[in-house]
Amino acid sequence: MDFDFSEEQGLLRDSVTRALADAYPSLERRQARIAASLGFPEEGWRSLAELGLLGLPFAEDDGGFGGGPVETMIVMEAIGRTLAVEPYLASAVLGGTALRLGADATQRARFLPGVIDGSLRLTLAQTERQSRYDLHDVATTARRDGDGYLLDGQKCVVLNADAAGLLVVSARSAGERRDPHGIGLFLVPADAAGLSIQPYPTQDGGRAAEVSLSGVRIGADAVLGDPQNGLPLLARTVEHGIAALAAEAVGSMEALHALTVEYLKTRKQFGVPVGSFQALQHRAVDMMIALEQARSMALYAAMMVEAPDAAERAAALAAVKVQVNKACRLVGQEAVQLHGGIGMTLEYIGAHHFKRLAMIEYQFGDTPHHLRRVAEDGGLIAA
Amino acid sequence: MDLRFTPEEVAFRDAVRSFCRSEIPAEIRRKVSEGRGLTKDDIVASQRILNAKGWAVPHWPRAWGGQDWTPIQRYIYTEELLQAAVPLPQQFNCYMFGPVLATFGSEVQKERFLRRAANLDDWWCQGFSEPGAGSDLASLKTRAVRDGDHYVVDGQKTWTTLGQHADWIFCLVRTDPEAKKQRGISFLLIDMTSPGITVRPILTLEGRHEVNEVFFDSVRVPVENLVGEENRGWDYAKFLLANERTGIARIGLTKERITRIKRLAKEMPAGDGTMWDDPAFRTRVAEVEIELKALEITQMRVAARQGRADSVQPDPASSLLKIRGSQLQQAATELLVELAGPFALAAPERGAGANDPPGGFDWVDAAAPSYFNNRKVSIYGGSNEIQHNVIAKGVLGL
Repeated sequence: MDFDFSEEQGLLRDSVTRALADAYPSLERRQARIAASLGFPEEGWRSLAELGLLGLPFAEDDGGFGGGPVETMIVMEAIGRTLAVEPYLASAVLGGTALRLGADATQRARFLPGVIDGSLRLTLAQTERQSRYDLHDVATTARRDGDGYLLDGQKCVVLNADAAGLLVVSARSAGERRDPHGIGLFLVPADAAGLSIQPYPTQDGGRAAEVSLSGVRIGADAVLGDPQNGLPLLARTVEHGIAALAAEAVGSMEALHALTVEYLKTRKQFGVPVGSFQALQHRAVDMMIALEQARSMALYAAMMVEAPDAAERAAALAAVKVQVNKACRLVGQEAVQLHGGIGMTLEYIGAHHFKRLAMIEYQFGDTPHHLRRVAEDGGLIAA
Repeated sequence: MDLRFTPEEVAFRDAVRSFCRSEIPAEIRRKVSEGRGLTKDDIVASQRILNAKGWAVPHWPRAWGGQDWTPIQRYIYTEELLQAAVPLPQQFNCYMFGPVLATFGSEVQKERFLRRAANLDDWWCQGFSEPGAGSDLASLKTRAVRDGDHYVVDGQKTWTTLGQHADWIFCLVRTDPEAKKQRGISFLLIDMTSPGITVRPILTLEGRHEVNEVFFDSVRVPVENLVGEENRGWDYAKFLLANERTGIARIGLTKERITRIKRLAKEMPAGDGTMWDDPAFRTRVAEVEIELKALEITQMRVAARQGRADSVQPDPASSLLKIRGSQLQQAATELLVELAGPFALAAPERGAGANDPPGGFDWVDAAAPSYFNNRKVSIYGGSNEIQHNVIAKGVLGL
C-alpha cells in the first residue's frame, strides 16, 4: 500500500498547479476567460498542450506520455481547485478515453496526433431526452448505408460541443431503445453534413450544446470498435469521466473548504471571529470529513477505473459517485451558509465553487442513480 | 380540539382561492411558479389588484386598510396566495415598514405614507444590514448626526433587496455613538432620490440583480422622518424582525412547488416510464410532504396561540417556523434539480438561433437557478444559526 505520488507525479502536480494558478489568479480573470467565444481562450488550451497534459493519458507509442488514472486525477484536482474552464474533461478524458480504448491503429494514427498537440478537440455525445443517466438507453439510430452508416437523432447537454472537431456519438445499430446490445460509438466530424450544434452556457461557467443528427453520413472508418456491442466501451469511457469528476470535485471542495475556514477566522461578529462559535466549528469539521471521504473515493476511483473485472469496476465507480455527490452537496451548501450573504454573490469565488459542485452531482449520474446501482449489485461487501 | 377549519374558514379559503386564480394575471403566476424573476411592474400590478380588494395589508390596523381577520384567516390568506403562485404583497412595504409605522409612527407620518405603501405607490426597501453588521445587526455603524432640523447620514447598507426599485428606504442609523450598542440606534425614513445616495447592484448566485449596496454620503434627512423616539430604533427593529419571521415558513410556497414537481415528474421520461413511476423519487417527495404537513400544523398552532389576548409578545416558535420552513423550501428546490437531472446543467441564456430548450424541456434551465437562489432563505431574516440561538436562549433558557 502506497498513497504517495512518484517523483514524476509530484513534478506533474507542481507544474499543473502552478500553470493553472497563473492562468486563474482571480475571479475577474476567470470571467474574462469564460467570455471568449468558445467559453475558454485558445491560448489556454494551447498551454495545456505545451505542458503535455493533452497527451498525458496516451501510450508513448501513440505519441503520448503514458500516464494513467493517477496522472488524470492530479490534473483534474488542479482544474477543480482553480475552476478552470478549458474542456479537459470533455476532450482529454471523455473523448480521449473512447479513442484510447476503442480506436484501431488507423484511427489512432489519424486522430491522436491532433488530440495530443491540441489541434483536435473531442467530446462525447451520449445523453438523450429520455435516457437520463442510463447509458444503454439510446434512441439515436445508426442505419447501414453502403459500407458506412447514416446517423439520426438528438443528443442533449453535450459538453463543449461547439469547441470540438470530432464528436464521439452513441447510436443504435440494432435492437430496441433500452437494449444493452446493438449500441455503437461513432466518430462524427463537427463539420459533417446534417449535424447541427446549438451551444449554450452551463450553470457553472462551462458550455454545452444540444446536438441534432439528421441523416449524418459516416464511413466504415468512423466506427469506434464494435458497432453492435459498444456499450462496454461507452461504460468504460463514462467510468473514466466519473473518476475525473471525483478528482475535480475534491480540488474544488478543498479550495472551498479553505476559503470557508479562512472566513471563519477573519469575519467578526459580536466582537469575535465567528469561527470562535462552536456551532460553526463543528460544521467546518463536518465539511472536512466529507472532503476527506471524497478524497479517499477519488483515490479509489483512480485505483479501480482500469480494473479488469467489469462488474467490480462498475460498482466501485458507482460508489465513488455516490460519496462524492454527497460531499459536493454538503460542502457546497455549508460553505454558502457559513459565509452568510457574501456566499450568495457572484462577486465571490466561493459561490462559483458552490455552483460547480452542485452541477457535478448531476453529471454522469446523481446520487439516487448510483446508489441504486450499488444496491442492485449487492453492495460492495460480500455477503 | 378540532384541527379542521370551521365552515366559515372554509368559505373564506374558497373565496381567497378563487380570487387569486381569477384576478391575478396568469403570466405573473406562471413566472412565480417557474421561479423566474418578476419585474417591478409585475409586483406593482399584482399588489394593486389585491389592494383594490382590500387584501394587500389585511394585518394592518383597520384604519389603514386592515381587515381585522383572525390569525387563522391571515394564515389561510397567505397560504392561498402562495399556493396560487401569487406574489405576496411587497414585503418591505406591507410586513415591515407598514406595521412599524402604524405602531410607532406619528399621525402625520401615517397619513403621509401608509396608504401609498399599501398601494405600492411608494416602494420601500430595508436599510438594516451593513458589511460589518449581519447576524450582529446591533453593531451597525451608519451614522446620523443632527444638524439643525436635519440629520446628516453617512455610511453603507448592504443586501438591500430590490433597492433598485425603491423610492424610500427605512434605515437603522446610529444617533448616539457613546451609548451601548443597542441603545444609540434610531429608525429613519430616507428618500432614495436624496443627493448623496448611491445604489450599487450585487448579483446573486443565479445571476440576478436582487440585492444592492446602498452608500450614504452626507445625505440630509429632515428630522420629521424620524420614526418614534431618537435612540429607540432597536425596539422598533425587533418588533419588525419578529413580524418578518412569522411569515417566513412559506408553507404554501413549498406546497405549490411540490404540486408542480409532481406534475413535471409525470412528464419527465425515465426508464420505461416517467420519474413519477420511480418509487425512490416518490419516496423522497413524500418525505418532504410529511415534514411539511407537520410544519403546517405547527404553524396553525402558533397562529391559534397568537389569537389569544394574553399573547402580545412575538412567539419564539416563529424561529422554529423559520428554521424548518426554510429547510423545506430548499428541499423542494433540490427535488426540482434532481428531476431536471442531466438537463439542469443548461443555463437560461441560450444563444441567438438556439431556441430548443435542453431535451425539449422548457423548465429545466430554471431549476438550478431556483436552487441557487433559495440558499438565501436560511441566511436572511436572521440566519438559521441565529434562530437556533433564539430558541436555545428564549425557549430552553440555555
